[in-house]
Amino acid sequence: MYTEESAPRTLAEKVWNDHVVVRGENGEPDLIYIDLHLLHEVTSPQAFDGLRAAGRGLRRLDQTIATEDHNTPTLDIDRPIADPTSRTQIQALRTNAAEFGVRLHSLGDAEQGIVHVVGPQLGLTMPGITVVCGDSHTSTHGAFGAIGLGIGTSEVEHVMATQTLPLKPFKTMAINVDGILRPGVTAKDIILAVIAKIGTGGGQGYILEYRGSAIRALSMEGRMTICNMSIEAGARAGMVAPDETTFAYVKDKPHAPRGADWDEAVAYWRTLPTDDGARFDREITINADELEPFVTWGTNPGQGIALSENVPDPDDFADENDRAAARRALEYMDLTPGTPMKDIPVDAVFMGSCTNSRIEDLRAFASIIKGKTKAESVRVMVVPGSAKVRLQAEAEGIDKIVEDFGAEWRFAGCSMCLGMNPDQLAPGERCASTSNRNFEGRQGKGGRTHLVSPLVAAATAIRGRLSSLSDVAEEVMA
Amino acid sequence: MEKFTTVTGVGVPLKRSNVDTDQIIPAVYLKRITKTGFDDALFAAWRKDPDFVLNDPLYKSGTILVAGPDFGTGSSREHAVWALRDYGFKVVISPRFADIFAGNSGKQGLVAAKVPEPNVERLWELMDASPGLELTVSLEDCTIVAGGETFAFDIDEYTRWRLREGLDDISLTLRNEDAITQFEARRAGWLPKTLPIASTVAE
Ligand code: SF4
Repeated sequence: MYTEESAPRTLAEKVWNDHVVVRGENGEPDLIYIDLHLLHEVTSPQAFDGLRAAGRGLRRLDQTIATEDHNTPTLDIDRPIADPTSRTQIQALRTNAAEFGVRLHSLGDAEQGIVHVVGPQLGLTMPGITVVCGDSHTSTHGAFGAIGLGIGTSEVEHVMATQTLPLKPFKTMAINVDGILRPGVTAKDIILAVIAKIGTGGGQGYILEYRGSAIRALSMEGRMTICNMSIEAGARAGMVAPDETTFAYVKDKPHAPRGADWDEAVAYWRTLPTDDGARFDREITINADELEPFVTWGTNPGQGIALSENVPDPDDFADENDRAAARRALEYMDLTPGTPMKDIPVDAVFMGSCTNSRIEDLRAFASIIKGKTKAESVRVMVVPGSAKVRLQAEAEGIDKIVEDFGAEWRFAGCSMCLGMNPDQLAPGERCASTSNRNFEGRQGKGGRTHLVSPLVAAATAIRGRLSSLSDVAEEVMA
Repeated sequence: MEKFTTVTGVGVPLKRSNVDTDQIIPAVYLKRITKTGFDDALFAAWRKDPDFVLNDPLYKSGTILVAGPDFGTGSSREHAVWALRDYGFKVVISPRFADIFAGNSGKQGLVAAKVPEPNVERLWELMDASPGLELTVSLEDCTIVAGGETFAFDIDEYTRWRLREGLDDISLTLRNEDAITQFEARRAGWLPKTLPIASTVAE
């Protein structure tokens, strides 16, 4: 990533180079400046404790913001949190934020929510910045043309104390997605297809840049869905070059630049997209015209196929490791090779997580379920990404649509994405989930997760088995 | 982080190989929210056994752990180093360390000293001959002195320098304090600022 300024450069290289405080020599890491640091209750307590033990302060309170999300309950939010570990973590964040002077949005506050929903909605996430958080899905912020990195607790402490991180340069990979998506196919399907193509380790060591006409045509929220799951391909970050869609989204957000600052910012942001002729270390192409709604059948996000296909046969995998992994996954998921994916009944539908819990996701989900009733056997939970999204949805009547459908309308948080709060699957339960990880036990011990888009989640909630929009439409017509 | 030059203290023989981080600190202790105060968690499962070496009053105040090969394998939890440090250990001696453990040690001021297996066995013999024997570990010349005998140990040069200078990651970065301050002075005024607070909700 040391391309000279005069030579054609990629988006990632430009943002990186503009944040080098000290260039590392002889293979040493670069010291990179961090514009924005997001905190939540799970990965911050030890970092605060480390600062305290060393007698250090937090260098840039004005570039730091905290919210409560992983442990927060999504029901009865005015009552004390029952689980002692969850309660302790949240209490620790409150005490630490008060002691160090960190801006915190607590449960019940209108700005509280999943950290990756809160940053963009406040206009703090903007093009060309570096943003870090002690959470792997910080890659979400790359949708703005920022470098968003998930970091560990020691690095959280490092950023608190120095507002920098020593980082080794990454390689760059272009993911070209050209064409026009068919109706019912969404950003989520693009990223599930990308991960199925390159594998969960395919992005290791890379910053991915999503390019091409299908990406340009996406809304900011769709781009966030894609960048969010870059981490599931093993990548360190994912990015989309900023354009008019980006600027329109950021403009007039509470912390967005205003007046002359806005003009200056936009002028700079326009210089960021990858130059013609810039070289990527690797390039991948996906044809958007051919994409179908996607779903995972296994226990990692790379184990996905088109929803119209059948559960794969492990023996069909060329690689011995893939065969073994598929066998294990099918056993855990209790699936038989050859079964049509659409014949698989589910017990639960989870509509939420930092992948798909923004207002557009809720609108998409609501537009399908409107006026219908959920399948009787299915439990459906709708969890907005932030309190603000919840308020917005309620102003649009989405809460009513959800409740009339027979689904649960919850308060904001990570919820069943990882089940740190009481929102969990029971052992053996099967869930269609709009989240990002289908690991064993992720949504509750013994729970089985199929990753899907909000549209597939809605269709599945109506029919009680994995379904696409076209299945619902056909039923209506019949 | 304190500068490390020479430490003299009671050597604790831990005659086991493959002491993984789950043994050093069991997973249940990872729920804690502090980075300090893990002394009670160190070898928690083994300490329930009255015959475990740290339950012997002679070794209770030990600061130098002498263990078998492949120390610190398994999960990458930094807590393993915190627990050893909080208990009071300044040095761990072993014929081989897991890479991540050795890396984490250097960052927390714990010396992971590599000594060939026959010499570790000789150290055990010396410690058995006079239980509670004090060892002296010097980073100046990378030696261990025990019962009049001297043993060399290995540690990578960079880690040795950090330990002698007492530099944790943050202090290392803060050597560039001026560069950071200059960088901040050059930054555009419109970049994100979380303070003062602007609300979305009042709009
Ligand atoms: S919603 Fe899920 S993936 Fe996103 S931050 Fe929360 S736990 Fe992590």
